[in-house]
Amino acid sequence: MDDLLREFLTETNESLGVVDVELVRFEQEPNNASILANIFRLVHTIKGTCGFLGLPRLEALTHAAETLMGKFREGAPVTGDAVTLILFTIDRIKDILDELEKSQQEPVGSDHDLIGQLHGMLQQSERAPGASIDQKLERPLRPGEVSLYELERVFRETPGPGSAPLIQAAPAPKSAPVEKKKDDEDRTESKLANQSIRVNVDTLEHLMTMVSELVLTRNQLLEMVRQHEDSEFKAPLQRLSTVTAELQEGVMKTRMQPVGNAWQKLPRVVRDLTTELGKQIELEMNGAETELDRQVLDLIKDPLTHMVRNSADHGLETPEQRRAAGKPEKGTVRLSAYHEGGYIIIEVADDGRGLDTGKIKAKAIANGLVSEADAEKMSEAQIQRFIFTPGFSTVSTVTNISGRGVGMDVVRANIDQIGGTIDVKSVRGRGMSVTIKIPLTLAIISALIVESGGHRFAIPQLSVVELVRARSDSEHRIERIKDAAVLRLRNKLLPLASLNELLGFDRDKRHAAEDGFVVVTQVGREIFGVVVDGLLHTEEIVVKPMSTMLRHIGLFSGNTILGDGSVILIIDPNGLAQALGAEARGASHIEETPEVPAETEQSVSMLVFRAGSPHPKAVPLSLITRLEEIDVNRIEFSNGRYLVQYRGQLMPLIPINNDVKVKDRGLQSLLVFSDDNRSMGLMVDEIVDIVDDTLNIEIGSNHPGVLGSAVIKSQATEVIDIEHYLPQAFGDWFRPRQQSTARHARSLLLIDDSVFFRNMLAPVLKAAGYEVTTAAGGEEAIGLLQHGRRFDVILTDIDMPGMSGFDFAELVRNDPHNAEVPVIGLSSMISQEFIARGREAGFHDYVAKFDRQGLIAALKEQTADMQAA
Amino acid sequence: MRAESHSSGPSTEYVTAMIGGQLFGLPIARVQDVFMPERLTSVPLSSPEIAGILNLRGRIITIVDMRLRLGVPQPENAGQPMAVGIEHRGESYGLLIDDVGEVMTLPDSLRENNPVNLDARLAEVSSGVFRLASQLLVVLNIDRVLHVSAQIKAA
Repeated sequence: MDDLLREFLTETNESLGVVDVELVRFEQEPNNASILANIFRLVHTIKGTCGFLGLPRLEALTHAAETLMGKFREGAPVTGDAVTLILFTIDRIKDILDELEKSQQEPVGSDHDLIGQLHGMLQQSERAPGASIDQKLERPLRPGEVSLYELERVFRETPGPGSAPLIQAAPAPKSAPVEKKKDDEDRTESKLANQSIRVNVDTLEHLMTMVSELVLTRNQLLEMVRQHEDSEFKAPLQRLSTVTAELQEGVMKTRMQPVGNAWQKLPRVVRDLTTELGKQIELEMNGAETELDRQVLDLIKDPLTHMVRNSADHGLETPEQRRAAGKPEKGTVRLSAYHEGGYIIIEVADDGRGLDTGKIKAKAIANGLVSEADAEKMSEAQIQRFIFTPGFSTVSTVTNISGRGVGMDVVRANIDQIGGTIDVKSVRGRGMSVTIKIPLTLAIISALIVESGGHRFAIPQLSVVELVRARSDSEHRIERIKDAAVLRLRNKLLPLASLNELLGFDRDKRHAAEDGFVVVTQVGREIFGVVVDGLLHTEEIVVKPMSTMLRHIGLFSGNTILGDGSVILIIDPNGLAQALGAEARGASHIEETPEVPAETEQSVSMLVFRAGSPHPKAVPLSLITRLEEIDVNRIEFSNGRYLVQYRGQLMPLIPINNDVKVKDRGLQSLLVFSDDNRSMGLMVDEIVDIVDDTLNIEIGSNHPGVLGSAVIKSQATEVIDIEHYLPQAFGDWFRPRQQSTARHARSLLLIDDSVFFRNMLAPVLKAAGYEVTTAAGGEEAIGLLQHGRRFDVILTDIDMPGMSGFDFAELVRNDPHNAEVPVIGLSSMISQEFIARGREAGFHDYVAKFDRQGLIAALKEQTADMQAA
Repeated sequence: MRAESHSSGPSTEYVTAMIGGQLFGLPIARVQDVFMPERLTSVPLSSPEIAGILNLRGRIITIVDMRLRLGVPQPENAGQPMAVGIEHRGESYGLLIDDVGEVMTLPDSLRENNPVNLDARLAEVSSGVFRLASQLLVVLNIDRVLHVSAQIKAA
């Protein structure tokens, strides 16, 4: 293709994207002269270039559009119709450009229809008061405006016939001193433009491939040197390794683009939908500057558009319905993006009607996806996930907006394809949100290498929550309910899948061992364990796609070459979740599986240990992240405290009391507490046991670090107060994190009749950045609310003497001041009946009492919703 | 073979390969290289004719066991198998064969259609037969070897 033409096409397509966005903004603020000036300039540039390149059709069309916009610049009133018309024109221009790109010729055809309409609109606006007929008529320029004459002059005077100067001619006025005020954005843009160059995407792709190969080779070398302790290659290799890492990062950066690029056409889409559907829709976009790999960006563009359409079409109600439901007439679709770890999270949320779980359930049963009996046992979240099943749509009439044969299943397939996960949350009547979590880049991921059936496999770290060693003689042992294997993990039953079975290495389920390593995996909100024979190590791997001959195997998402040169398969967690569901759909509902036999007294898992004295001490197991035994040689003493290198970080170690002495040799037992990125280890002499027992702290304590004494396994045991130790490790442990401070700490009301639970949960919540107020019962809490105390979120126990959690939630919901406050129920037993009753009472969520992570996740979710609202 | 070499008209070069005692010819234009497959990683759940995947100079190659693919008998005392490297739609494959032979130039005019009673599995991937002096050479259609097996598995 002609260089000139190619350059023109690239430039023009970019300009048109901007015009789309700007026009929508303009319609909302018709008096913003700088927006108009922007649009005008862009169209003007296109027009001029078309004339130059001899593209008469485009020139005529842009000319007509420009003339109309010129009128607006001169103060003619901007009508919605006019903007629609101009948008139409721009669509037509795009069509012509597409053709032009394909055939390098302007397509034959006529635009008299549009030009006629544009002229008609022009005449209308001329008749309108305040309009002036003569385009040349000068009037004092407003600040931020460039005169037409000025534009024309700059345009004409630029020397031709080279295309590059021609195209740059138009942006030239941008930097003209005329606009000092509003056009800050423009100015930074043009400054940026001067510092950047265009590089062919293929060049970057090639660079990336080479870097990936380099990473592989480096890994190979590292592996080789690892085997020779004192190799002379060690130092230079270390250097090579660092440089490679930097190079990788650098190249990765060149491929990064703001996610906003994928959103660019959404305002236009939403605007069109507004007209088409007769709904009022506001599109909010947060985090458009969040960057991700352009390859990923390309792949999520369509799914995102679909999700936004879906929200606008199916999610949001009509203004009448909204009014009837007591909501503002204008519905909101909110797009947000942010980074978390090596991933980007994109959320599309609306404040519409939410998913109709009943309908979805009925449809799923009708389609034979699930039996009626199984459906009854499923949680809301599981039922909602049916929307990702192929061919699933609860809308009976197919509209032309989102019913285009693509459904959420296609969205999910696209996300799966790039190793991401997708999840939906919905509250009936309050809206739904779809969250996708995708790796920043497809090329390199961090993976856990496991062994199964004598083979090695990689599991993407993205979905690995934790690793558990299961042994028949420990508290983490694999148990069976008929054929379904489960694991007790912190008072939860985790459904288990054996990788050996799934991969067909061991088809006989009865043979499955009771020992093994469990990779606790999370896909969306479903958590399950994958039993593997061994855990090897983690490694950065370069993902290579599966060959087409193998792509049908859902359990694998790709393959890779390890540092030692061998090829291994990458397990697809989504595939695992599906396989597990297909194998035993009933077993995978962690929420419904009854907890420890329902007793009225709450039993707690306590870790019993000894430290400094023969008397047993205990701490709730749910507070502990991990138990470790480390070689004392690894413990360092520096600056008055003990430290150990742990998982790539320095972890402070605190003796639980002065009587605990660090041993001279052997292994030191540690209780590890982690939160976000920080960990601390509490040194104890010996870990004795883990017991499930009811817990009553009978005697309080004045000793710092001790909550009190309780009888555990008929022995008096000191219950340790973790809150006392955490600040010793990190002075700012309870200080809200930077993140949280930016958002300011949220206030939380915790209601529980048990002193112990209040003491146990308060530090956890504080550590998560909440400002915690406690109340011993519903009555006390209502008292606080009546005295005007306001909270961002309320956590309440359900079984309490006097006012129950249900009654409390109902009171809150009927209190006009607090009706909007999310209330989360805490219970040790969660049953269907409870959930149904809780929904009636107005609970927003349920969490098992001992599920610390679940609790924090639920809180984050509820408060995030609230914040955005 | 010598008898045919004087025939005029276009001819094609074939890499010959023994698979289960039968001689096959692969158009040389499609053959990238011949190598000894080492450190094969088996792929669970794949169809039986997929022998596994391996790393050949930094590329991941899918290895197809041609004996299983063609349904020919497994010899009892098989030696170290060889693999013929093939590029197919941008992906790399290796066809596992018993032994690789010489390269032959055979005139297209002497290629005969498959005998009608040829085993269906063979007929499907064969695009003709040459009558060589000592034995018959079956011409393999590589696209069909790889394409059809992909379909079988998709079903």
